[in-house]
Amino acid sequence: MSVIAHQVWLIARRSLVRTARQPGVWIPPLTFPLILMAVNSNGLRAATRLPGFPTHSFLAFFVPFAFMQGALFASAIAGTDLARDIDNGFLNRLALTPIRGASLLLGEIGGAVGLGAIQAVVYLSIALAAGVHIDAGVPGAVLILVLAILVAAGFGTLGLWLALRTGSGEGVQSMFPLLFFLLLISSMNMPRNLIEVSWFRDAATVNPVSYMIEALRSLVIVGWDGQALALGFGFAIALIALSLVLSARQLKVRMART
Amino acid sequence: MNRSDKGIEVEGLVRRFKDIEAVAGIDLTIAPGEIYGFLGPNGAGKSTTVHMLTTLLPPTSGRATVAGHDVVRQGPKVRASIGAALQEAALDPFLTGREHLRLQASLHGIGGDARKKLIAQLLDRVGLTQAGDRKVRTYSGGMKRRLDLALALIHDPSILFLDEPTTGLDPQSRSALWTEVNRLAREEGVTVFLTTQYLEEADVLADRVGIIDHGRIVAEGTPAQLKSEIGKATVEVVPEEHGDLPRLRGLLARFGSETAARPGAFAVQLNGNGQLPDVIRALDTEALRAAEINLHQPTLDDVFLAKTGRTLEGAEEE
Repeated sequence: MSVIAHQVWLIARRSLVRTARQPGVWIPPLTFPLILMAVNSNGLRAATRLPGFPTHSFLAFFVPFAFMQGALFASAIAGTDLARDIDNGFLNRLALTPIRGASLLLGEIGGAVGLGAIQAVVYLSIALAAGVHIDAGVPGAVLILVLAILVAAGFGTLGLWLALRTGSGEGVQSMFPLLFFLLLISSMNMPRNLIEVSWFRDAATVNPVSYMIEALRSLVIVGWDGQALALGFGFAIALIALSLVLSARQLKVRMART
Repeated sequence: MNRSDKGIEVEGLVRRFKDIEAVAGIDLTIAPGEIYGFLGPNGAGKSTTVHMLTTLLPPTSGRATVAGHDVVRQGPKVRASIGAALQEAALDPFLTGREHLRLQASLHGIGGDARKKLIAQLLDRVGLTQAGDRKVRTYSGGMKRRLDLALALIHDPSILFLDEPTTGLDPQSRSALWTEVNRLAREEGVTVFLTTQYLEEADVLADRVGIIDHGRIVAEGTPAQLKSEIGKATVEVVPEEHGDLPRLRGLLARFGSETAARPGAFAVQLNGNGQLPDVIRALDTEALRAAEINLHQPTLDDVFLAKTGRTLEGAEEE
């Protein structure tokens, strides 16, 4: 294993171990999206009767929401943990070792990705157990996991940037409602073409989160939709790239070792 | 052993944060194997100096070499030569002591059996063998500090930076840490740069002490030198009979100059060392009965007072 890969593994493992040892941190993010999925798939079932609604199962329609919400929670966890490291001096301890900045960042992202992957497997398994049929088949299910992990990596990296920028857990958490707001003004509850309120439809159209949801959703209820997948993967990768650049720049400021 | 034959050299080191000059041009020379006590109140510039010398903070100006390596241009080499336990033990409450050591060792490229052996040795050395597999959040303050020290030593550094290592510790833990730091310097030749706000700590541990105030070094030398610079011992006598105070004043005036004393007492700063027996003999000869006789040797707090016009405790409250 190369030095960087080894360092990434060490940081990612520490991140996962630390999260695993705090049930209060990972149980709510794991269960809350499932509860909301159960409530909404029953409460909003009538929406499937709207002309043009793409499926008869609101649960199948709503499953991607769980992945997105899980990614947001992963972002908050990753950010808060890093902020705590900054606050209590653990980052300085790491900075005094031969660790490279890239390894630290990728390791922390690895922690978020690991958590995101576990969440995605749980959400998908429960959705399948609840009778959701994946139209794109087994390869589609695998792709759902890949995209969910990419989305978790993107939001996780965004959380790291917030932590590096603010240096406090409170700072990270205060931004979380904003990210959640992005989720709410997306196409999570309704296909964009069926949103009647124009400003909401416009907001959902310019909101990249809509395209990530729609890519996941397309694999569940449509099958293979190249455009939806390209947009979903494109925005997820763009989010990762942008957050990485911002985080790397901020890490240089925060870890200003010579 | 990874001992360097070079210690720490600092010339005109300055660090500004916007309008605030946290470190205002300090010069230091610390020999290999020396314990250097950096004494000063909170906000004096101690931690900023440590952060610059450990490469965590670039200086605004000036020059510093640690183990022969420039702190600005040769950061990685400096970091490879030093161990640091910075203010407040920076530990992950959800990892065990052993996991901390494993992570730190692995990041330093130590692996396999060598790592396992080293971790066992260090846990034993800092008295944490039994607690090694407990999560750090269950550790006491003293245990955290000891783990912090073990982490700083994992790659066998030649220079050790300890930033207020005993702040908040009980006397027993403090004493244990002093013993280990002393052993590291005397037996293993580790250079120790120790910041502290405890006068006793600097006095007991340090070969030399630098006193920093408002970002400047206001005094430097061995504790004995610094204390002797500012004066001699003071003797304070409380007469058994309050009415004897004028006679006592006359008697003690023969041995030194008057200095501040408690109400009902009289004190002089002695003209020379070893005069206490003479004072006692004189009291006996004059049949002056004393309720209390106190000999007060100058302390580093007296040095701080003489150099800054404030006591260290008073400076803390500013």
